[in-house]
Amino acid sequence: MLCLKAGRVTLPYPAQPAPAPEQFRGRPIFDASKCIGCAGCANNCPAREILVFDVCQEIRILKYLGRRCTYCGRCAEVCPEKAITMSHDFETATSHDSDLGQRLELFMSTCQRCGRCFKPASVLEELKMKGYRFDDLQNERWIFRAQARLEGDPVVDDIAIELD
Amino acid sequence: MLKNLCQKMFGRSLWVYHANSGGCNGCDIEVLNALTPYYDAERFGIKLVGSPRHADVMLCQGPAMRSTAQALKRAYEAMPAPKLVFAIGSCACGGGVWFDSYTVIGPVEKVIPVNYYIPGCPPRPEGIIYGAAVALGIVDKKIAPLEFKELELPIPRYHPDQLHGKSELVVYQKAEKL
Repeated sequence: MLCLKAGRVTLPYPAQPAPAPEQFRGRPIFDASKCIGCAGCANNCPAREILVFDVCQEIRILKYLGRRCTYCGRCAEVCPEKAITMSHDFETATSHDSDLGQRLELFMSTCQRCGRCFKPASVLEELKMKGYRFDDLQNERWIFRAQARLEGDPVVDDIAIELD
Repeated sequence: MLKNLCQKMFGRSLWVYHANSGGCNGCDIEVLNALTPYYDAERFGIKLVGSPRHADVMLCQGPAMRSTAQALKRAYEAMPAPKLVFAIGSCACGGGVWFDSYTVIGPVEKVIPVNYYIPGCPPRPEGIIYGAAVALGIVDKKIAPLEFKELELPIPRYHPDQLHGKSELVVYQKAEKL
């Protein structure tokens, strides 16, 4: 009688989907529109599974291989723009290991002062940047070197900028 | 082709052999969890056997280590000819967190050929059953590589020869507008 009372315990998993619990961390998903290419995730990954490298001055490539990722969620925690989300996806079995990877190509612009890469400003942010114009609108020229300054432009006094 | 071959050769019950070559026992417990009455993989004919000579499928957990690589290779060679190898867990798929340690050779595919990858640390028992279903051709795989590309460069390319400069101001002769 006890056996009849217990009922059936087997989950009908392959016939019905079994959603993962809310706290479950699955595959991380990288959002390229939010990513600023700071490489904080690559520095914090314990499995060294996120690789960031620059192919040229303008393009930075972020590669996630996904094979030895332990889904610890440190990349999602450290991301300043919340571009990485840990999904609930656990059905990731595959016959080719390249299916697990993700690859982002990010456009980076160059700082006119220090020469390092940073994320280009949005249109609204560009409107605010008055002192850092990089083109000469009157003569229709482009100016490409860090120490280039247009005549008549105000020089910022409150920050000491090292010129090389 | 591999899928058709699998459906032909492994149409009936799959007998699995469970090989741990230096893992932390997390994936072992999940594999055994998939065989318990709660998930009950035996209703699909998946049965755990004790010897690689009886097995069709080898479930590998843990990275290939220096001390166990030879034993893993011998166990693979002892299996009869149509055989599948599943790499279960991130250690077996890619080497795990300690992939660059001196005792760890790397993923198990450095020692034996791997047919199916089930990543996760550890993967859920549902994920392991799903991997077996993908191998049998019951369901299709769900993931594909994601790639994001910048199609256009917002800044026009320039050649350094065409930069003309004095001491302060350096300008580009062939001006391009955005």
